[in-house]
Amino acid sequence: MQDLVEKPVTKVAAVPVDKNKGKVKKVLVICSKGKLEDVYAALVMANGALMEGIQAKMFFTFFGLEAITKKHADHLHTATVGNPAFMPGIPTLVAGLPGFEAFASYMMKKEMDKLDMPHVSEFLQMIDAGGGEIYACKLAADMFHLKKEDFVPEVKDIITVGDMYALAEGEGTQIIFI
Amino acid sequence: MTNQLNNNTMETLKSNGTQIEVNAEGYLKNMNQWTPELAHELAQNESIELTDKHFEVLNWLRAKQAEGTALSIRKVGNSGLVDIKQFYQLFPGGPLKISSKIAGIPKPVSCI
Repeated sequence: MQDLVEKPVTKVAAVPVDKNKGKVKKVLVICSKGKLEDVYAALVMANGALMEGIQAKMFFTFFGLEAITKKHADHLHTATVGNPAFMPGIPTLVAGLPGFEAFASYMMKKEMDKLDMPHVSEFLQMIDAGGGEIYACKLAADMFHLKKEDFVPEVKDIITVGDMYALAEGEGTQIIFI
Repeated sequence: MTNQLNNNTMETLKSNGTQIEVNAEGYLKNMNQWTPELAHELAQNESIELTDKHFEVLNWLRAKQAEGTALSIRKVGNSGLVDIKQFYQLFPGGPLKISSKIAGIPKPVSCI
């Protein structure tokens, strides 16, 4: 028991790792949601991979497409209804009042600015500059009537699900779905 | 326990006859032990040939570290010295980590 308590759990980074074994070489981050926090999770993980020297590809589909449109990339909202971990104690009815979601999103973006987190469009530019590749889903783009010119310039192409899997080819690839 | 761990992970490098203390990942323990010559040696381990542009970035990183600024790729991109694309080209395979190592400053803790 004593041993268990004294284990330096916070020193994980110092544990020697066999560098030749099972190293992550590439990540394919699929973002299917358009909520502020989901999109940021996808962006942080893709950008974080590049920062570690890991290849990163991104595939945006369904409501995730909002994050790569010129019109909405920097105007994403967080959901105040159906999101019990966000501002616990606020009744759903209140959270659904007009303007409440916009206010909550504004407050969240203010906190993100404090942490020096870039806006979505700048984040996409950073990922592109770091050698990451950004793609949009063809089926979802057709469904929402979005064309190449509706997307930010960092979007390389509109591709099928088959093309998406081709992006993940190679040993040491991980697919992350959000 | 913590002391023991630190002892286990401590290593030393030799440069010009001077003992340089580094941690298990190869980052200098004391940024004041850094010299441009040492930077060349550290860069060789990363297969990077340092140019004046590299040194501009390294010196900027060291100045910011000395100020106590938390470093991030975005900040380097806004430094006016290089943009993010150039930063990745100068230090391929993890620019902030590798440049920090060569600059003799601690491993950055930024997630962005």
